[in-house]
Amino acid sequence: MLQYLLRRLLGMIPILFIVTIIVFLFVHLIPGDAARLVAGPDANKETIELVRKDLGLDKPIHEQYFTFIGNLLKGDLGTSLKTHKPVFDELAGRFIPTFWLTFWSMLWACIVGILIGIVSAVKRNKWQDYTGMLIAVVGISIPSFWLGLLLMQLFSVKLGWLPTGGLEDWRGYILPSITLGTGVAAIIARFSRSSLMDVLKEDYIRTGRAKGFAENSLVKRHAIKNAMIPVITMTGLQFGFLLGGSVVTETVFSFPGLGRLLIDAIATRDYPIIQAEILLFSVEFILINLVVDLMYGFLNPQIRYS
Amino acid sequence: MVSKLLEVTDLETHFISDDATVKAVDNVSFYINNAETLGIVGESGCGKSVTSLSIMRLLKNTPGKIVGGEITFLDQNLLNLSEKEMRAVRGNQIAMIFQEPMTSLNPVYKIGRQIEEGIRLHLKLDKAAAKARALEMLELVGIPRAKDILNEYPYQLSGGMRQRVMIAMAMSCVPKLLIADEPTTALDVTIQAQILDLMRDLRKNSDTSILMITHDLGVVAEMCDRVIVMYAGQIVEEASVLELFENPQHPYTKGLINSIPKLGNYTERLDSIPGNVPTPENMPTGCRFAPRCSFVMKQCLSEAPMLKGVQENHSCRCWLSEVEKND
Ligand SMILES: Nc1ncnc2c1ncn2[C@@H]1O[C@H](COP(=O)(O)OP(=O)(O)OP(=O)(O)O)[C@@H](O)[C@H]1O
Ligand SMILES: [Mg+2]
Repeated sequence: MLQYLLRRLLGMIPILFIVTIIVFLFVHLIPGDAARLVAGPDANKETIELVRKDLGLDKPIHEQYFTFIGNLLKGDLGTSLKTHKPVFDELAGRFIPTFWLTFWSMLWACIVGILIGIVSAVKRNKWQDYTGMLIAVVGISIPSFWLGLLLMQLFSVKLGWLPTGGLEDWRGYILPSITLGTGVAAIIARFSRSSLMDVLKEDYIRTGRAKGFAENSLVKRHAIKNAMIPVITMTGLQFGFLLGGSVVTETVFSFPGLGRLLIDAIATRDYPIIQAEILLFSVEFILINLVVDLMYGFLNPQIRYS
Repeated sequence: MVSKLLEVTDLETHFISDDATVKAVDNVSFYINNAETLGIVGESGCGKSVTSLSIMRLLKNTPGKIVGGEITFLDQNLLNLSEKEMRAVRGNQIAMIFQEPMTSLNPVYKIGRQIEEGIRLHLKLDKAAAKARALEMLELVGIPRAKDILNEYPYQLSGGMRQRVMIAMAMSCVPKLLIADEPTTALDVTIQAQILDLMRDLRKNSDTSILMITHDLGVVAEMCDRVIVMYAGQIVEEASVLELFENPQHPYTKGLINSIPKLGNYTERLDSIPGNVPTPENMPTGCRFAPRCSFVMKQCLSEAPMLKGVQENHSCRCWLSEVEKND
C-alpha cells in the first residue's frame, strides 16, 4: 500500500514537469506586453525596455523557462507585478478560504447528490424519482452566477440573514458553498441513480433476492458499495469543475479566494500570479486523482494491491 | 408413501410490453416429490428459467408477471403469500443456484460474509456459529483451503469453485427444494462432471428435492428421476427418465435424444433438429413444433394438441401419440 503510494507520488513528477511547460508557454504566448503594463501607461520606450530587462523578459524564452523552474524549485514563485509582494504570500492568504469553500461545497454535494440518487434508483419511476431528477435537471441547467445572485437577493437583501459577500465569519461560506455545490450535487445525483440502477440488475443482486433478502437491505448490504465505485471516479473529475466554478462564485460573492485572485490577475496580466495559480490548480487536481484512486482501491478488492 | 413437495398447476407467466404479450410459461403443470430430482429440459428460450423464477416469485424486477395458476409448496400456495412471508421461504426452504457462477457472487465482499449472511438471516445464528456453519458447508462441497477461502474475494476463485460456493450457500439453510438453473452450462466439461458429482452426493446425503433445469439430456440421464420436456413455453412430454429414453413419444424429444453425441460416433454429424424455436410474433396456431416436425400431419397445422397420458406416468402433447393410441 505504502509502496503504491510512493510510486504514485513519484509518478506525479513527470506530469508536473509537463504542466510547468504548458503553463509557462501559455502565459508567455498570449498577446499583451507585461513590461508595458508594469511600467505604467505614461512610461516611455526606454523605461519599458528597462523594466523588460529587469524582469528578464528580454532573454530567450527557454532561458526564461529555466529561471522559472529554478526559482520554483527554491519555492520562489516570483513577485506579483501589481502588488510587488511575493506570489507565495499572495496565494497563501487566498488558499485557505477557497479550500474550505471547495470542501464544504463538495461535502454537501456528495451527501445530497448520493442520497437523491439512491432514493431515485430505489423508487424508480415513482414520484420520488421524478422529483429527484427534476431537481437534478434544474441543478445542472442553472448557471451558477445566476443562482448566486438569486440566493443573495433572497437571503441577504430580502431576509437579511446572510452577508451579501466577503468573508467576515463562517456565514460568509454558506451562500457561496450552496452556489458552487449545486451543479456538482445534481451531476452526482444523476450518476448515482444510474449506477445503482445498473447494479440492481446484476446477477449477484438476484442471488441476494434468492437468499431471501428484502429489497431495502439488498440495497444497503450489496448494492451501494458497488454502485459507489464509478461515482467516486466521477466525483473526482467534478473537482476540476469546482476549481473552475470557484472563479465565478467567488466573483459573484466578492469572496477573497484564489478564484477571484485569478480573475484580477488575468485582468492586469499579472502573469507570475496566473502561472502560480494554474500550477496550484494542477497540483490539486493531480492529488485529488490520487485520492480517488486510493478510495477506488479501498472499495474494489480486485485492484487493491496491484 | 411419497408425498408431493411442490405442485405447480396451470402456471401462466407472461411478459407484457407495449406492443406484445409473450406467454413465456403457458399452462404448465408438474410436481416434485420429496427427495426427488425432476429435470426440465428444452432449448434456449423455452421458458425454463422463467418457470423457476416464477416459483421463487423473483420476477418483480422484470416485465414478467404470473397471471394464473397455483404453486403449492408444503400445502400452501406460494402465490398467496405476502412478500415478507415469501422472503422467509426464499433461501431457506427453497434455494436456488444460477447459470452464471462468475457473476452471481458480489465482487466486493468476501466469500465468508456472503455465505454467512443467509445463514444468519434464516437460521438466526450468531456470528461465530454462522461462520462455523459456512466453513462446514465449504468443506462439504469439497473446497480445498476452506478456511482461507472464507476470507477471499470471488475474483480469486475459478468458475468451478464459485459454483461450489453457490451450492454451499444454497444448501447452508438445508432447503427442502433446490432449484438448479443450468448449474453447469457455463463451466468446462471436466468441471461440469465434478459439479454434477457433487450434486449427486448432496442428494444422496440429504432429503432435498432438486429441480434440475438444463438443456442437456446427458445431465438429465445422470441426475434425474423424472423429466419434463418443454417447448415454446409448454410442456410437451413428461415421463420418468428411464421411460423417456426408452420410449420417447414426442418428435421433439426424439430429436433431442438423437442429438446427444454417442461414443464412437464422432465422425457423423449430430442429428440436430432443423429449424428454430418460433418467435412469439409468429407462434403457429396448431402444434407449436409443427414447422420443425418431420412427422407433421394436416391436423397439426390447424389444431393445438393437448397434453395427454400415453401410459401411466407418461404424457405427451402430440397428435401422433393419440392416433397411435386410437389404433
Ligand atoms: N426479462 C425479460 N423480458 C422480456 N422477456 C423475457 C425476459 N426474460 C425472459 N423472457 C421471455 O421468456 C422466454 C423464456 O425465457 P427463459 O429465460 O425462461 O428461457 P430458458 O428456457 O431459461 O432459456 P436458456 O436456456 O437460454 O436459459 C424468452 O424467450 C423471452 O421471450
Ligand atoms: Mg435459462
